[in-house]
Amino acid sequence: MRYLIRLLLLVYATIPQLGHALAYLPQSDDQVLETLPVRDKNWLEVKALRDKVAAAPNDLTAALQLVKHYIALGRAESDPRYYGYAEAVLSPWLNVAYPNAEVLTLRATLYQNRHEFPAALDYLNQALTRQPRQAQAWLTRAIIQEVQGQYGAALKSCMPLVKLASALTANVCINSTLSLSGQIDTAYRQLDQALQLAAAEPLADRQWALITLAEIAERKGDPVAAGQHYRQALQIAQRNGYLLATYADFLLDHQHYAQVVALLNNDIRADTLLLRLTLAEQALGLPEANQHIEMLKARFAASRMRGDSVHQGDEARFMLHVLHTPGPALALALSNWAVQREPRDTRIVLEAALAAGRIDTSVQPTLAFLAQSGLQDARLQPLIARCQGDQS
Amino acid sequence: MRYLLLIFMACTSFTALAHKPSDSYLAMSVDGNEIRGHWDIALRDLEYALGLDANDDGQIIWRELRQRQAAVFAYAFNRLEITADQQHCALQPLTMMVDEHSDGRYAVLNFQAACRPGVKQLEIGYQLFFDLDPQHRGLLTIHNGTYTGTSIFSPAQPQQTFALNSVSHPGRELLNFAYEGVWHIWQGFDHILFLLSLLLPAALYHEHDEWRAKQNHILVFWDALQVVTAFTLAHSITLSLTALQYIALPSRWVESAIAASVICAALNNIYPVLSRHRTWLAFGFGLIHGMGIASVLLDMGLPASQRVLSLLGFNLGVEAGQLLIVAAALPLIVVFSRSRYYPALVLKLGSASIAMIALVWLVERSLDFQIKIG
Repeated sequence: MRYLIRLLLLVYATIPQLGHALAYLPQSDDQVLETLPVRDKNWLEVKALRDKVAAAPNDLTAALQLVKHYIALGRAESDPRYYGYAEAVLSPWLNVAYPNAEVLTLRATLYQNRHEFPAALDYLNQALTRQPRQAQAWLTRAIIQEVQGQYGAALKSCMPLVKLASALTANVCINSTLSLSGQIDTAYRQLDQALQLAAAEPLADRQWALITLAEIAERKGDPVAAGQHYRQALQIAQRNGYLLATYADFLLDHQHYAQVVALLNNDIRADTLLLRLTLAEQALGLPEANQHIEMLKARFAASRMRGDSVHQGDEARFMLHVLHTPGPALALALSNWAVQREPRDTRIVLEAALAAGRIDTSVQPTLAFLAQSGLQDARLQPLIARCQGDQS
Repeated sequence: MRYLLLIFMACTSFTALAHKPSDSYLAMSVDGNEIRGHWDIALRDLEYALGLDANDDGQIIWRELRQRQAAVFAYAFNRLEITADQQHCALQPLTMMVDEHSDGRYAVLNFQAACRPGVKQLEIGYQLFFDLDPQHRGLLTIHNGTYTGTSIFSPAQPQQTFALNSVSHPGRELLNFAYEGVWHIWQGFDHILFLLSLLLPAALYHEHDEWRAKQNHILVFWDALQVVTAFTLAHSITLSLTALQYIALPSRWVESAIAASVICAALNNIYPVLSRHRTWLAFGFGLIHGMGIASVLLDMGLPASQRVLSLLGFNLGVEAGQLLIVAAALPLIVVFSRSRYYPALVLKLGSASIAMIALVWLVERSLDFQIKIG
């Protein structure tokens, strides 16, 4: 009988592998094969610019406008294809003898999107040598340094923005860094004030400031304020993949799973959002979860096949919280942490290490970094305490 | 200034993980001097390069794609070059189809290429979309006999060279296919379960509504031999006919029929209608199983030059794998059938479990949907 039970289990384990898709001829001429990105005003602008660039390949202004539009689209839709299109438009302008500082800065931005931080910093430094008043280059440099956990260097890069950019931009840059390096209350107060004085600033900038403020409030352990700021940011009618993902994380942390499902509205195109949707569906025991787990498996496999490592942080979360395999999750989390050290990157390292029961030398650098940087984060404190408990 | 923070947002670390980046999947199998392949290209990428959405409504329908078939093939073939020993192989378009990948639908370009006979080295040059999206990658799988290689094309690596061991040893080929055969039968639980259902009552006979143990071991062995021989004979016939492409039934029918056959065989142990005719049951359903077993051989792509050899190897492998299973199961069945609990516990309960599993398969395969268990 035991033999049969084992056979049964074995059989059930193989069931999902039996079906695989095969190429087919669609049944009818009118079958919809693909729905393309929304053709709104933004898209029409891009289309016009694309034609313009094709007609006048020597027009740098038009080319740079198109690049920026592609980057903005990539951000809004969380779609890396647009970054690739931007790279293609940009590359002829990099092959000239003296590339323009803005061209170099945009190239750096594209490297940064792929988490190739050393290459990005290299281009930014070139751009700043050529044009020290390039505000975008200072800002991008500050962000990379912040992501790498070099808060002192990031703060130095923010400083020129006080003169070169709007007060709101400078405040977001400075206070975001301060909030991570031991001055969280000051940072929150300063950014909150700057926002109140910035009613006339562009909506996208205000949205970003609100998201930063919400994240600081979350780290301070003030979920009421954080939720308020997130909702204010959502009221600004500008699609923002990052906002959807961070707000979804916030809701997941507070077990508002049904709200996550409503927020993401079955948005399964972006992997970041699909992961968060799946976590919520799994917690609610919804039948869609299984299908979405398979989908994520396929997407992570596909990106591994092409040799990408950008997604390791999210894949670690998938391995730990969806598949419950702490060993592989920890390996991915550590490999991600070697590249970037935002609180969420640190968090998944600690969670995976605790789940795997491996508070050993592999997580020492992370714990040492936390002690040294003075990072305050209400979500990390209990994890750190547990790690120290396990160690002693 | 307007873009300053826009780009700030684009930069933060985890937006980079997003939609899948653009990939195409190129699969080729080399058979002598002929190459057959299919190239899966994302419709979104083709739209960006060629503008497939004729009526600009934001949707690509099959008609729009079909009408641009020639343009799609021409665009793709201009960016793929196959050379064999420095000689260009002419690419010839076959049908265009559609397939689903994890991030949407792809056009499937089926093609063949004729190269000079006696190819030793294959060089593939890939340039698709690199001018439009330098982050595009071409993922190649190449089959040559039983060898499978993979490779990634990128703007930095647009050329790949493959050495083809054109002199293959017939003996090694036979062994390779035999190994595949054994492996396939061990993985194909449906075949094992069918066989098991037929063997479970081998040591018993049914009389007056009751199962009794056969006293004579020779009879048991004889019964098992008959059943296994009938099954083997039958599936060898259809396996060969299908692999050589004399018959072709839709795989969904075949797979569903296989599941149904497992149910019948298992139910026959609980309600013995055909207890004396299990040999014929084995033969009849064996014909169906053969077509299922052949599918893996078709997937592997049978090299035309040595079809018979690889078919023979594969078939011998299937038989060897099957005999090992019988050799392991039969002694257990003989020993345990002496117990008076055997008919109720092993035969009936076991067969009921098998029937349940097969029922799940039948529903899944016939309705083409998956039941998640556990």
